[in-house]
Formats: sequence, C-alpha cells, structure tokens
Amino acid sequence: MLKYLIEKEFRQLLRNPFLPRLILMFPLMVLLFLPLAANFEVKNINMTLVDNDHSSYSRQLRQKILSSGYFRLTEISSNYSQALKTIESDKADLILEIPPGFEEDLIREQTAQLMISVNAVNGTKGAFGSSYLSRIINDFNMSIITELALIKDIRMVPSFQIISQYRFNPYLRYPVFMVPALMVMLLTMICGFLPALNIVGEKEKGTMEQMNVTPVKKPTLILSKLIPYWIIGFIVLTLSFGISRIFYDLKPAGNIFTIYLFAFIFILAISGFGLVISNYANTLQQAMFMMFFFVITFIFMSGLYTPVRSMPEWAQILSIFVPLKYMIEVLRMVYLKGSGFADLMVELFFLVGFAVFFNLWAVVSYKKVN
Amino acid sequence: MTVIQADKLTKRFGKFTAVDHISFEVKKGEIFGFLGANGAGKTTAMRMLCGLSKASSGLGRVAGFDIQKESEKIKKVIGYMSQKFSLYEDLTVRENIRLYAGIYGIPEKEISPKTDLLLENLGFSSEKNTLVKALPLGWKQKLSFSVAIFHDPVIVFLDEPTGGVDPSTRRQFWELIYDASQRGITVFVTTHYMDEAEYCDRVSIMVDGRIDAMDSPTNLKKQFQSPSMDGVFQQLARKAKRQAD
Repeated sequence: MLKYLIEKEFRQLLRNPFLPRLILMFPLMVLLFLPLAANFEVKNINMTLVDNDHSSYSRQLRQKILSSGYFRLTEISSNYSQALKTIESDKADLILEIPPGFEEDLIREQTAQLMISVNAVNGTKGAFGSSYLSRIINDFNMSIITELALIKDIRMVPSFQIISQYRFNPYLRYPVFMVPALMVMLLTMICGFLPALNIVGEKEKGTMEQMNVTPVKKPTLILSKLIPYWIIGFIVLTLSFGISRIFYDLKPAGNIFTIYLFAFIFILAISGFGLVISNYANTLQQAMFMMFFFVITFIFMSGLYTPVRSMPEWAQILSIFVPLKYMIEVLRMVYLKGSGFADLMVELFFLVGFAVFFNLWAVVSYKKVN
Repeated sequence: MTVIQADKLTKRFGKFTAVDHISFEVKKGEIFGFLGANGAGKTTAMRMLCGLSKASSGLGRVAGFDIQKESEKIKKVIGYMSQKFSLYEDLTVRENIRLYAGIYGIPEKEISPKTDLLLENLGFSSEKNTLVKALPLGWKQKLSFSVAIFHDPVIVFLDEPTGGVDPSTRRQFWELIYDASQRGITVFVTTHYMDEAEYCDRVSIMVDGRIDAMDSPTNLKKQFQSPSMDGVFQQLARKAKRQAD
C-alpha cells in the first residue's frame, strides 16, 4: 500500500513545474549569497574628521586610519559643531576630533587625548566602528612611543601585547562558521514546509477526504508523506556539501556519515513538526503563517546568527525546545572541530526525542474522522 | 440481505442537529436514492455511514460492521465518491486508477489488465495517459465512479455525482450505475435531480434532518397523488423550516 502512495508522491513532485527546480536552486542561492550578504564584518564606516592640530602626527594618524580599509572620510570639518551636523544628517557614522597641541602632548608626555563621537542609530556599526578606531589609535600610539624612545632617552613603559590564536577557524572566516548552520536552515525550510503544505493542499482539494474513506492507516499515510522528503533532504544536504567544498573550500573535519546520520533524525523531527502543523491548519494560508511563525522563531533562537549562550536566561531556556539548535551544533562541531559520534550524545538524545515526539503527535492529531 | 442499517442515527454540531434520528435499511443490490434540499443533512448522514464523521447517537451498520467501532473494516468494502471531484488532477487516468487499486490491495499483476478493460468499456482507451485535469467534467465524473467501484465494493456511496453534468452524460452515468447494481454492488446515491430519483429502486426524502418519506418512486407518487417525483418532493420540501445554505 505504502509503495503506491510513495510512487504517487514522487510522480506529483516530478510533474510539478516548480518544486524540483526550487529544491535545486534554493541551496545554491542560500549558500552562495547569504554568507556574503549577511556578514557581521562592518566596512565603509563614514568618518568625519576635525583636525585642530594640523601637525605631521595628526596627518600620519589620518593616513593610518584610512589605509585600514574600514573607514571612509566623508568630510573634514573645521570645528566640532559643524562636524556634528554630518552625524545629524546621517552622512557620518562617527567623528574623530584631534585636539590642538596633539603632537606636542605626544612628544612631551607620550599621551594625548582624542575624542570619538559615535552615531548610535545603527548600533552595530557604531560599536564596531569605535572599537576598530580605538584599536588603530592604540597601534599608532605604540608606534609613536617606540619611535620616540629611539630618539630621546625616555623610560619605556613596559607594555603587553596580546596575540590571539583562534582554534578551529584560524582566520575567523565568516563562511566557515555560517555555511554549516545554513545547511540546517535549508533542511528546515525544505523538509519542514513542503510536507506540511502538501498535506494541507490535499485537504483543500478534497483528495485527503477521499484518502480518509480508503483503508489507508494513519501511520502509513504519514510515512508516505515523510519518506519523499527524507530523500529530498538527503539530496539537498549532499548538494550543500558539494557547494561548500567548491565555493568555500570547506570540508568537514569530522566524518561526513555522522552528519548524514544526524540529518536522518533531524529531518524526521522537522518533517514531523510540519505534519503536526498541517493537522491543525485547514487552509494553505493558515499553514504558511503558522510555519513562518515557528520557523522564524526557531531560526533566531537556534544560535544560527547569535550565540545561544549570550541570550538572556529565559531565552536560553526556551532554546532548549528548538530542534534546530542541536542540529546546528552538530554541524558546526563536525565541520569545524571534527567531533565524532561520542561527543554528540546530548544532541543525539534531544533530536531523537524531538523526532519521536513530533511524529507521535502527528499520528495522534491526524483525524480521519470528525 | 440488509447491507446498510441505520437506527435513530443522529449528528449534532453544537446545538444544531444536522441529522435527527434517522432510521432506514438498504438491501443488497438496491439503488437507494437519498433525496433532500440543500442543507437537509444528506451529506452528513452519508459521511457518518462512511466513517468520515462520528455519529452523536444512534446505531448504524454498514456491510455488517458497526459504524462506530469498525469503521476501518467498513472502509475496505465500500467505495465513495464525494461531491467535490477528488481524483488527483496532476496524475494521469491510469496513474489514478493504479493508485486506488494499490490502496485497496488489488494484486499488482491484476491492476494493468483490469485497467485496460475498464478504460475500454468507458471508451477512454485513447485518454489513458491524459492528465485528469485535462478531462471534461462529465468524463471526470464517470472516471471517479469507475475508480470508486474498481475494487468491487459491497456498497458504493455517491454524493451528488451528477452535479453540473449535461443531460446526455447524466444518462450515461446512470447506465454505469445500473451496470454496477447488476454486478451486485449496492448503490447509495444522493441527488437533486428528480428525474434521477425515478431511476432508483427506493428513495428516501430528507427534510430538516429527518426522513419524511421513504418508498419506491411508484408508491410515493401514489401516496402523494402526484404524477412525478418532482411533485412529491415539492410537497415535502415546502414543510422545511431550515434555511438552505
């Protein structure tokens, strides 16, 4: 019986003018463009400079800032109040004011005061901008001190330098961090939405009622909807592995079959979730809206963009119930750290739990009779 | 032999009683017409018998099985054709037949020859690989019916099978019904068309959730002193208090 139902699902899917293409295009688009577009690195910070010193040091500083590549000089103002106008009119993100006597103070006392004013409307850009700028200025300061130490006989202030080494992602490349997680998002979208919409579509057309008067059992019907999306999920995942290999030179540090095994369970969980939704929605509109609500919540709570550990405590507790969180951890750990099966027992436990829970719920809430 | 038995079958939706203590029996091989105005409760009654809807009270037996407790057993031996066309439009004629044949457990080897025979009888052989959505409505309905009886059910339930179909196709459709009845399949059919009521062995007329009359068309016409079933229906339907939906 199941064989005929699955055969039917595949016939319908392949005959659909749109879905097969979507299934191929979607991973390509998400993996190629999202890591480039949704990047936390801030560039093109617009800076207004107020230089009250006009010395060779102030010119050097300006040169150093601009050559870092993060800043763009929007304007050079003659005084602070004029500079403030560029922030008010949203032309600049920050103002750097160099006080008069900057060079003299530096030579005499090895320190000088600078003022950075930040436009905090775009908080991220502002915060990143001022921290980049401070780092550049510190760097500049250090090089001046060493330079002066050679000429004049001054006591060198003992100083530290912190050298950071980043394990698992040495260059802090953003795609390395994002691509594995985006694969989970892809699986969620494809394997969560499609079976749910498929069932609700059949409800709307009336073909589901026809199925309900046949002897097809509830679990059989549900399996017939799950299995095709399982297979599609594996195709999408394999495609994603290929894309990340070719375009980001990214291959899992761990065993790829660990990922497949976890994907098997994760797809079951997320499709089961979609099926639960489909049992409560009577129209495609309702189903779409419910799915969006949950999937968007899941994505933001999962640690895909922002780490779960830095969320407020209530949010961390909520994120325990987000299946995506565990799968994203699995993919990042296998891809970046090369974790094996034994390191992922907690994730395995939760994902199996979700899979069982959602699918039982789907079978129980599926009503052949009303 | 009785194949459908309803005893004070009732369905309530909140305070609204859609089907109000109906009792009737249908014998094997009979063509039983289930008549009533829109909203009289025909479809609800039929859905309870098919196991699509749970009865609020009363008893029902279909093909010897209890409708409350053994609905899954009933589903194996009935065919159902709903008001709404419900074959898969994006599958071909052949694929639809194959799907339902498979679901009802017809052995793989028998499906193909049986399909060919059916399509030949229907005069559909040239359309076997046509997508169902491309068929004209009359053809779709004939195909739906043929799919509903493909597994040789004991009873077939037809919910307004000829709605929106032209008169000549309706005639052909009724020929198919007669054929099925000849093969021993009991036909339970709801309809709005009073000329179709004349084709039935027995009819019941529902008004406001109750069965107000039930007999052969000839006897009903005598009883209500009307030359046609239409006259009988008008006399009964006039008593209805419920608004048609």
